[in-house]
Amino acid sequence: MDTRALNNEKVIVVDKLTKRFGDFVATDAISFDVYKGEIFGFLGANGAGKTTAMKMLCGLLTPSSGTAVVAGFDIHKQAQELKWNIGYMGQKFSLYDDLTIIENIRYYAGIYNLSNQQISDKSEGLITRLGLQKEAKKLVGQLPTGWKQKVAFSVALLHEPRIVFLDEPTGGVDPITRRQFWDMIYESAEKGTTIFITTHYMDEAEYCDRVSIMVDGKIEALDKPAELRRLYEAESMDEVFYQLARRAKRSE
Amino acid sequence: MRTIRFLLVKEFKQIFRNRSILVMIIGMPVIQLMILPLAANYEVKNINIVIVNQDHSPVSAKLVSKINASTYLNVLSHLTSYDQALKLAEDDKTDLILQIPPHFEKNLIRDNQQKLFIAVNAINGMKAGLGYGYLSNIIQMFNEELRGQMMPRSKFNVAQEIELEFTSRFNPHQVYYLFMVPGILAFLVTMITGFLSALNIVKEKEMGTIEQINVTPIKKYHFILGKLIPFWIIGTVVFTLGLMVSFFVYGIVPAGSILLLYGFMWVYLLAVLGFGLLVSTYCDKQQQAMLIMFFFMMIFILMGGLLTSIDGMPYWAKMIAALNPVSYIIDVVRAVVLKGSGLQDILPQLGTIIVFAIVLNSWAIYNYKKTN
Repeated sequence: MDTRALNNEKVIVVDKLTKRFGDFVATDAISFDVYKGEIFGFLGANGAGKTTAMKMLCGLLTPSSGTAVVAGFDIHKQAQELKWNIGYMGQKFSLYDDLTIIENIRYYAGIYNLSNQQISDKSEGLITRLGLQKEAKKLVGQLPTGWKQKVAFSVALLHEPRIVFLDEPTGGVDPITRRQFWDMIYESAEKGTTIFITTHYMDEAEYCDRVSIMVDGKIEALDKPAELRRLYEAESMDEVFYQLARRAKRSE
Repeated sequence: MRTIRFLLVKEFKQIFRNRSILVMIIGMPVIQLMILPLAANYEVKNINIVIVNQDHSPVSAKLVSKINASTYLNVLSHLTSYDQALKLAEDDKTDLILQIPPHFEKNLIRDNQQKLFIAVNAINGMKAGLGYGYLSNIIQMFNEELRGQMMPRSKFNVAQEIELEFTSRFNPHQVYYLFMVPGILAFLVTMITGFLSALNIVKEKEMGTIEQINVTPIKKYHFILGKLIPFWIIGTVVFTLGLMVSFFVYGIVPAGSILLLYGFMWVYLLAVLGFGLLVSTYCDKQQQAMLIMFFFMMIFILMGGLLTSIDGMPYWAKMIAALNPVSYIIDVVRAVVLKGSGLQDILPQLGTIIVFAIVLNSWAIYNYKKTN
C-alpha cells in the first residue's frame, strides 16, 4: 500500500504547544514533528484538543505558550507568510453554497493571487479530474456532501500548498466517496504535499503513515499504525484507540 | 486591486442571487418613500370640537359660523351645558370644548371685553396643541373683525398692536412631505446599508466560511474593502432610487447641487458601513448583529432630527445627537434639497462625517481578527 519513500525533511516542528481557555487547558504542551510528503493522522476523542491544536498550526488561534514552525515559518511571528504555504479544510463547510463550483474556485484562486491563466487551467483540471463537467455551473449547495468535500479538498490545494490540514474531512461521507477521497489524498501526498488529517474512522487511521492519538490535550501515542498495534497488542487501530481513549478523564 | 476585484465579483453574485436582499434594495425605498411621508404628517386635520353656546346672540352665532367654516376643525355638536361637553371629552370623542358664556354679546358691548373658555383634551397632546392653536387663531381674527366694526377708526389706531407676519422660507406652503421626504430618504439609505453590512461578515462566521478566509493570506483591509464597496454601491443605488421617487411622486427637485448631495452621501455611506462592519466584527450570530443594529437604529431615528427637532432637545440629548451620524445626513439632505445649501454651508457636517468614517472603519479593520 505504501509505496512512497518517506522523506526526512521536517515540515512541521511542534514544541510544547499549549492553548488555555481560562482554566481549561485544551492543548497541553504537545510536541511532535511531521515530515515532508507524510500523511499524518491526528486522532483523539471529541474534545481531546485536536481541532484547537490544528487551528494553532494554521494560524487561526494564538498559542498560550510553546512554539511551532510550519512550512519553515514560525506560527507566532510569520503567520502571514505561513498562510501562503498551507491549505486548510475545516469542520464547517468551507465553500459558498450560493456560488457555483467554478465561482468558488475563482474566488479562492483570486485570493491566492493565481494568474488568470492558472485559474482557468486549474479549474478545468479540477473539474475534469472530479468528473464534474455537468455540475460545474451548479450551485455548490445543490451538491451531495461527498462531492462538496471533494471539491473543498481540491480548492484547498489550488495554490499548491506545502501542507494541507484536513479537519474530519470525511465526516458524513459514504464509504465509496470516502475511498475516492483517500485516493485524492494519496495522489497529493505522492506529489510531495504533506497531509495533516484528523478523523474518527479507524480504517482511515490505517491509511496514514503515522498517527498520533491525543487524550485530554496530550499526545499519548505516536507511531506507525502497525507499530502502535504491536505496542498495544491490538488487532486493529480501533482497539488501540479504545485502550487509550478510555483513559480520558475529561468529558466533552 | 486584483484581489479586491475577485472579492467584489463574489459579493455581487451572492447579492444578486439573494432575493430578499434585492427586495430590500429596490422595494423598500420605493414603497416606504411613497407611504411614510404621507402618513408622517404634522398637519392635523379633523380636530373635533364641541361648542357650548350659552349666549345665543348674533355675535356668538357669527363666531360659531366662523368655526364651522374652518377645514381643520370639525364641529361635533352644539350643546348648552359644559358638563355634557366634558362627558364627550372623557369618552375621547372630542378634542376641544369652546364655551361661550351667557350674555357674551351684552357684556362685550357694555364692558368692551369678554372671556371665552377653551378646554383641550390633552390625551393626544399634539392634536390638542394644534387644535388650540387653530381655534385661537379663529378667535383672534374674529376679535380683530369685531374691533374694526365696533370702534371708530381713530380710536383703533391709538391702541397700537404688534402684528406678526409669518413667512415660511424654503418650504413656502409648509407642505410636510417636502420636509419629510428628504429626511426619510436619508434614513432609509442608512437603514438598508447599515443592516446589510452588519449582517454580512456575521453570516460568513455563521456559515464557517470566514475560517477559510482567515487561513488564506488575504490582507485585512482587502477583506473589509471587499465587504464595504458592494454596499457602498448599493447605498448609491438606493439613494438614486429615492431621489427618483422624490421627483416623480412628490415633484421634489433638489434646490442645491445634486453632485454635492451625492458627494456627501458617499462619504456618509462610508461611515454607516464602517459602523455596520464594526458591529459584525463583534458578533458571532446574525441574530446578535440584528438586535444590536436595531438598538442603534432606534436611537439614530429618534435622536436624528427626523421626527423631532434636535434644537428642542435637552443638552444631554443634543450631545447624543452630535454622535449620531444620522442627524448629520438628515440635516444636510434637507438643507441641500430644500434650501439649496452649498459646500461652504455643509463643511462642518462633512468634516464630522469624515472623522466618523475614518474612526469606524479603522476600528472595524482593527477588530476583525484573523487569529483569535
